[in-house]
Amino acid sequence: MLSIKNLHVSVGDKPILKGINLEIKPGEIHAIMGPNGSGKSTLSHILSGKSGYTVTEGSATYQGKDLLEMPPEIRAREGVFLAFQYPVEIPGVSNVYLLKAALNSIRKHQGQSEVDAMDFLTLVKGKVRLLEMDEKFLYRAVNEGFSGGEKKRNEILQMAILEPKLCILDETDSGLDIDALKIVSEGVNSLRSPDRSFVMVTHYQRLLDYIKPDFVHVLANGQIVKSGGAELALELEEKGYSWLEDAEASA
Amino acid sequence: MAKANSSAYVERYADGASSLCGQTVPWLQQQRADAILQFTEYGFPAIRDEDWRYTNVSVLDKQHFAMAQKSVSAVITADWLKAYQLVDAWSLVLVDGYFSAEHSVLADLPEGVTVMSLAKALQDAQYATVLEGKINGAVSQDENGFVAFNGAYFVDGVLIHVPAKLQVSKPIQVLHIATQELTAINTRSVIVADELSEVQLIETFVGLECAYLSVAVTEVFVGQNANVTLHKVQVESEKAIHFGGTYVKQARDARFRHDNFALGAVLARSDVHTDLDHASECELNGLYLGVKRQHIDNHTRINHLKPHGISRQLYKGVLDDRARGVFQGRVVVAEDAQKTDSQMNNRNLLLSSDAEADTKPQLEIYADDVKCAHGVTVGQLDEKSIFYLQSRCVDEETARNMLTFAFANEMVDKVKIKSLHDLILGQVLTRFPQEGINKEWL
Ligand SMILES: Nc1ncnc2c1ncn2[C@@H]1O[C@H](COP(=O)(O)OP(=O)(O)OP(=O)(O)O)[C@@H](O)[C@H]1O
Ligand SMILES: [Mg+2]
Repeated sequence: MLSIKNLHVSVGDKPILKGINLEIKPGEIHAIMGPNGSGKSTLSHILSGKSGYTVTEGSATYQGKDLLEMPPEIRAREGVFLAFQYPVEIPGVSNVYLLKAALNSIRKHQGQSEVDAMDFLTLVKGKVRLLEMDEKFLYRAVNEGFSGGEKKRNEILQMAILEPKLCILDETDSGLDIDALKIVSEGVNSLRSPDRSFVMVTHYQRLLDYIKPDFVHVLANGQIVKSGGAELALELEEKGYSWLEDAEASA
Repeated sequence: MAKANSSAYVERYADGASSLCGQTVPWLQQQRADAILQFTEYGFPAIRDEDWRYTNVSVLDKQHFAMAQKSVSAVITADWLKAYQLVDAWSLVLVDGYFSAEHSVLADLPEGVTVMSLAKALQDAQYATVLEGKINGAVSQDENGFVAFNGAYFVDGVLIHVPAKLQVSKPIQVLHIATQELTAINTRSVIVADELSEVQLIETFVGLECAYLSVAVTEVFVGQNANVTLHKVQVESEKAIHFGGTYVKQARDARFRHDNFALGAVLARSDVHTDLDHASECELNGLYLGVKRQHIDNHTRINHLKPHGISRQLYKGVLDDRARGVFQGRVVVAEDAQKTDSQMNNRNLLLSSDAEADTKPQLEIYADDVKCAHGVTVGQLDEKSIFYLQSRCVDEETARNMLTFAFANEMVDKVKIKSLHDLILGQVLTRFPQEGINKEWL
């Protein structure tokens, strides 16, 4: 699905990612943990095509194609989805408009016709229920005046409707209370399938109780300093990151 | 001292002036004579004048506009009207400033409600009495040259009177249509809403493809605890020059809202001035869209004269190509106007590096216990938002168009009259790149 090789990324002259290697196969769930400022969001952004970064070395291949060459909207239409750490408010554009525009772009990209208006509403309303949201949210401007938790839920709603192949969740669990976390996790779990992969950036092992990862990676100072199974997250919860950074420094 | 540009008009208009409406009304004749003197002295405004420093009307020195004559245009058919005349509303149509009974829809007005040609009203002693003290009653004595020009030479206009306690069931539209090349169209409108009444009004300005000067002065008297909403839709011809002045007197507890959609004309200026009495409220909204070489100026003045008044202003501008937008908002809080609550906001979106926005909010506060805020922004589209939309499959061009539209649409969405909302939405969409925007989904 996704193959990242020796990826180096800078902002201006400042190197942020310093040689990332990561292989993600269809159906897998990878958790990425790591201290603040280690480069987790940068990795999410570079995969989804945000401008302002320079790739100085390395590659990212998605479904056999050079991901880094594609404009962001093509990546999205090809199935890459980023649930933002800080979802953007778009006053004046309703949620339902954006969903329709996005879904139809994907369908067009796949050579399909525009979605039928009734089918669309049925689909959207079903997902709204799944995420236990109020239908009113559909007609409000995208994220405008939403609480932190509502914004995160809205990201997952979009994801559930667009059915991407590669889902990148950047701290979707931050700022969610336990009930909301359960609902969001159920939403994510309902999307799990053998041909869909997840990259979940998180600070909290708690999320991984609800969505069990196949792999956990620790990103520190722009590099993956340790990889392991789900049990690594528990270890991190207990010991923090410093032991890894120390190990890295002495290595 | 007489100004060259006005003297030329006074000379050329002398003949026409002798047959203007209201000949039999002595007080009006006196006012017209005074206005001619004032216009001769002031001339059209010059950029030396602080209130006009961003808006240059010196084109009026070079270009003469003849006094518009009553005419019949074959172009204005029922089909043509459909694009501008609202269904579910009463409408009074003025063609080149003159009342057109043929195009107006005024049947079945509620009892006691007057919607009629100003010229006709002046012929009738009963209405002329209502008008005394109202014509030139809201506009201040030393207004600019356009107002004096209008006072001297208005050919017709409208009188709208809503009696006390009446809630008018449908909106009332005044549709101004310009059809003649190189004419000046002067209209005067008087709106009187008696105490506890409620009415929604629309002033629409539209013209055939020609160059003309449209000068419309509207005076509004909002009675005690009455509620008046006035939507102005300015979609004049691309070559037109538009000056519109709305002057309002709000009685105690009166509410007044003005929405100005300034979309047309090559050079447009809109003034809204209102005086607030005890606990009266006003809301002034504006959307101006400029493309090519359009110059659109919005000028407001809110006088808080008594305590507990509330004023809200939000003007948004979208400027592309070489267009220029101006916002000058002035809020004056008198010494007596304690507990005034005032907010003024102007936000501009520049779509091209040659576009320009000039904004000048002014607060003059003479009371000490007030809440007054103002904010101004001039900026481009937000790159974070563009990326967010791209990450949701939307291509960059469409994302830019969506965000531009969304910025403007905030103002369109404030309009709750469905047919008017759709009319404005259509007008906004035709003026901006709409590639990728799907109207059916809006
Ligand atoms: N546009 C930018 N300009 C300059 N520095 C940047 C920019 N974007 C990111 N950085 C820096 O790159 C580093 C990595 O940032 P990033 O947001 O990827 O970290 P993170 O791991 O997601 O942190 P957090 O856990 O706080 O979300 C930080 O030091 C950050 O300050
Ligand atoms: Mg981050």
